[in-house]
Amino acid sequence: MVLAVRSRDEQERARALETVVAAYWRPVYRHVRARWRAREEEAEDLAQGFFATALEKGWLARYEPARGRFRTYLLACLEAFVANQRRDGRRLKRGGGVTLVPLESQDADGETRELQLADGSDLEAEFQREWSRSLFALAVEALRQRCLGTSREVAFLVFERYDLEDHDASQRPRYADLAAELSLPVTQVTNHLHWARLELRRTVLEKLREITASEEEFRAEARSLFGAEPS
Amino acid sequence: MKTPGDGALDRLRQVTQWPDLSGTRYELQSEVARGGMGVVYLARDRELERDVALKVIAVAAADPDTAARLRREARILARLEHPGIVPVHDVGELPDGRVFYAMKLVTGKRLDELVRESLPLREKLRLLLRICEPVAFAHARGVIHRDLKPENVMVGPFGEVLVMDWGVAKHRGEPKLAGDPAAPSAGSPPNATAHGTIVGTPAYMAPEQARGDVERVDARSDVYALGAILYFMLTGRAPGRLPASPDAPTRTWAGPRHANVAPGIAAPRELDENLPRPLEAICLKALALEPAERYPGAAELAADLERFLEGERVSAYPEGLLGRARRFASRHRTPILVLLAYVVMRVVLLLVARV
Repeated sequence: MVLAVRSRDEQERARALETVVAAYWRPVYRHVRARWRAREEEAEDLAQGFFATALEKGWLARYEPARGRFRTYLLACLEAFVANQRRDGRRLKRGGGVTLVPLESQDADGETRELQLADGSDLEAEFQREWSRSLFALAVEALRQRCLGTSREVAFLVFERYDLEDHDASQRPRYADLAAELSLPVTQVTNHLHWARLELRRTVLEKLREITASEEEFRAEARSLFGAEPS
Repeated sequence: MKTPGDGALDRLRQVTQWPDLSGTRYELQSEVARGGMGVVYLARDRELERDVALKVIAVAAADPDTAARLRREARILARLEHPGIVPVHDVGELPDGRVFYAMKLVTGKRLDELVRESLPLREKLRLLLRICEPVAFAHARGVIHRDLKPENVMVGPFGEVLVMDWGVAKHRGEPKLAGDPAAPSAGSPPNATAHGTIVGTPAYMAPEQARGDVERVDARSDVYALGAILYFMLTGRAPGRLPASPDAPTRTWAGPRHANVAPGIAAPRELDENLPRPLEAICLKALALEPAERYPGAAELAADLERFLEGERVSAYPEGLLGRARRFASRHRTPILVLLAYVVMRVVLLLVARV
């Protein structure tokens, strides 16, 4: 799917670009903050500028799957871009006036995590972790949208309360608590939970397929995400 | 769109692979451990309101042979009712067809973690005695563990010992399953427990087991592994592993009685000269290359260890007259000192009386 960024069909190309930007905006922003010690505003400008320039100059379309993972290619492009920006002392105006992704939506966790990164290998691992985070966020959002206004809305609610809320094991509600809260039998809670987890996995893999260029890359990335081959 | 925090991200990655427990009495709480054949989860038993450990076949391994193997592991555990063996509560099948079994949730430390906390020697030996007990019990019922190692022994907060992971155990006379683990297969990871590969951990595996000589694998193969655990407890490393420092001694032990250990295994006293010779002899007898030269079972190894702890003569160590006298003196130190004091006093009194 990522190869669709060079499609002649404008609609297909636009959709592919949108997916890539949505999945990578946050990893790019966080990387610029950590690797280049950029302040928040500068990092936002650089991230926006990077995607704007990448689209304008066709960097994404020049990606060759045979030469490695898309993620690695994108990171190399980013490094070159920021190095050039820093060397020239230039600061782009937020993607030349084009806002690619609403910034406030990317910082929903309020940047509470510290940027404590020591060397290159940690930076790359952090880039991958942020990429996973973006991918799961996209998949959760897609699942939420799919359930809204349907009979599955309650399934998403159960999933949100049990798995999505960031609490430790001791604070997690019991199935019986959720069942009482939502006036459901306990068996329904487990059914909903299982359905939502399966759907989320399927959606993550769907999104992953959209931002990888080959079956081989897709399987490798799935292994790194889940620790096992997708079934 | 809310971005998940670190904790939520890790949980999402886990739960999207969790098995479907609907229709069972268990609620999954978290993943505890992952092996070649299955994944162990912490789960809540709603009926009995207690936490249990749930072993479920890994998705990737959900085939009939693996299912049969997990059921067999549960049955073997159910037959071995012993305080040193983790009890199985339940076995069943999930809605997606995967087999699972529920067992007691074990808390505590793994033996390898505990030994690194520099326990006194006698404490270590008492721990090994407690490991020998369930193994001897299993041997008496025709079951051989085949993967004993420090990582498979849990020590509870009150010193209780549990021998874990009977996934590759063999029951005497039991029909062989397809892909039955017996010896390392070429190209397979050395300690994988997945279907069709072999098992055991090389440093703790008896030579006949490592060669894949299935017919010769018996209780004495477990004795070898117990000897390897003793070696680890005495020296801090598994037998046969190269020393971390190039200056550390590497000479192969060549004593008069146990020159038959595998080449490359340094004698424990070469790594720590303060270790008692009889204890070293016990360890090396258990590690003998030929099964016939080892203790016949875990009970016999335990008996020799107990004799050592009591200051008695051990079967593995042929001691001379001087050795016997030294051991006798050390064992009866107080009466000997009293007797000596009495003799000295009598001599002094005699001398005084003559003057």
